[in-house]
Amino acid sequence: MADALHQSTAHQPEVYVGGFADAAHDSARAFRSIMNVMARPGTIEPIVGGMGPQPLSVAASTLILTLCDGNTGIYLAGDHDAEAIRGWITFHTGAPFVSAEEADFAVGTWSALQPIKRFKVGDASYPDRAATLIVEQPELAPTGVMLRGPGIKDSAALNLPEIDAFQRNRRQFPLGFDCLFASGEKVAALPRSTRVEEAA
Amino acid sequence: MNETSYNFAYLDEQTKRMIRRAILKGLAVPGYQVPFASREMPMPYGWGTGGVQVSAAVLTPEDTMKVIDQGADDTTNAVSIRKFFEKTATIAVTEHTEEATVIQTRHRIPEVLLREDQVLVYQVPIPEPLRFIEPRETETRKMHALEEYGVMHLKLYENIAHHGAITTAYAYPVQVEGRYMMDPSPIPKFDNPKLESAAIQLFGAGREQRIYAVPPYTQVVSLDFDDYPFDPSKADCACDLCGSETSYLDEVIVDDAGGRMFVCSDTDYCEQRRAAGFTGAKAEAA
Repeated sequence: MADALHQSTAHQPEVYVGGFADAAHDSARAFRSIMNVMARPGTIEPIVGGMGPQPLSVAASTLILTLCDGNTGIYLAGDHDAEAIRGWITFHTGAPFVSAEEADFAVGTWSALQPIKRFKVGDASYPDRAATLIVEQPELAPTGVMLRGPGIKDSAALNLPEIDAFQRNRRQFPLGFDCLFASGEKVAALPRSTRVEEAA
Repeated sequence: MNETSYNFAYLDEQTKRMIRRAILKGLAVPGYQVPFASREMPMPYGWGTGGVQVSAAVLTPEDTMKVIDQGADDTTNAVSIRKFFEKTATIAVTEHTEEATVIQTRHRIPEVLLREDQVLVYQVPIPEPLRFIEPRETETRKMHALEEYGVMHLKLYENIAHHGAITTAYAYPVQVEGRYMMDPSPIPKFDNPKLESAAIQLFGAGREQRIYAVPPYTQVVSLDFDDYPFDPSKADCACDLCGSETSYLDEVIVDDAGGRMFVCSDTDYCEQRRAAGFTGAKAEAA
């Protein structure tokens, strides 16, 4: 039994590496970055600690290690739904894989996550029971779409993958999904509370 | 058992992840009370178990922590919690508001305006602002879902009808970003204007198992009426120790003959002012 398990994964050593070197401290630092960007939409912060198999970025890997466990269903979209990534998430977090409709966390590029309407937005009594999307982006920059709302002093800017979906998401507030954007070793966020406009 | 036997900041990683997820949802829906699986802590309910759990989930090894109880750094509750994290998280601690990165508070907001790099964690006894009007959780949850808050305005109106003024002096209800009604915890209403802050504000209710949040620069409106506007009042005098006319004051009874003095509730603010040479009317006697 142990031999069979060993053999079945022996060709995927990347499944076992790339976890936190020091779980308590690494996750605490990573969470502070995540909390800062969720509290201040448009802010871009460094985040390191985890490194899952390609195409998972360091940021997305660290988000998964910091936030996911056996109580959170994960949906992997597109190229992220790979054997090595499934093995890595299972080994390091024990999180179950679920459908998009049931997911607490969904991981993938913005195009792979479409259609976005599939994801949980909570209900009127429990708006917190909504999905968090971990969106892999080629880069993160404080340019492009203009953001206003809680956490933003006047306005902020972020290179969002589109505008329409986030405007629709804001219209159903307090329901809605929340996004964490991952790129390399950087993280940014767009909670459902943010109003999104085309830059002037 | 010594302090190194505990995980960083006391709580296990699974529990911190659960609390951290609740904090993120709380920040995404400002003012909404997110249910969380509150743990038994090594202190009784009512002593800040909610705030301690939120602080444990937020603290990093690089943080400097300050703990205040009714504005004071040197009361039993504040000292105990500060020592608790000093031991279990081996973090730096301070009594100075400006030096702290994480401030846990019971019933006050520091006098000095907080900065963007600071986090304020409130200890909350009863998180539901509608609880004393409607005791059933099933009903208050519906009222929040439907944004049915007329009953709170009615309570304030009855205050005015009976007493000629809104007599609610602490835990004064606010509406966050035009949506959720929120209990700011039992801070004096004098502190309500400071709820619109540059810092991240997190609220933890351990016994009631709720976490909620106010992101920086979020609109927080204290409920009132056009003809009875909100009044963040305080004792109408200056601090007898440091002479401050703008800080929130505690009334202290000093003898059996009705003698009394007013002193800053924020002990750090008062001490820094006195160190800078400001003196109040009874500074000599004290």
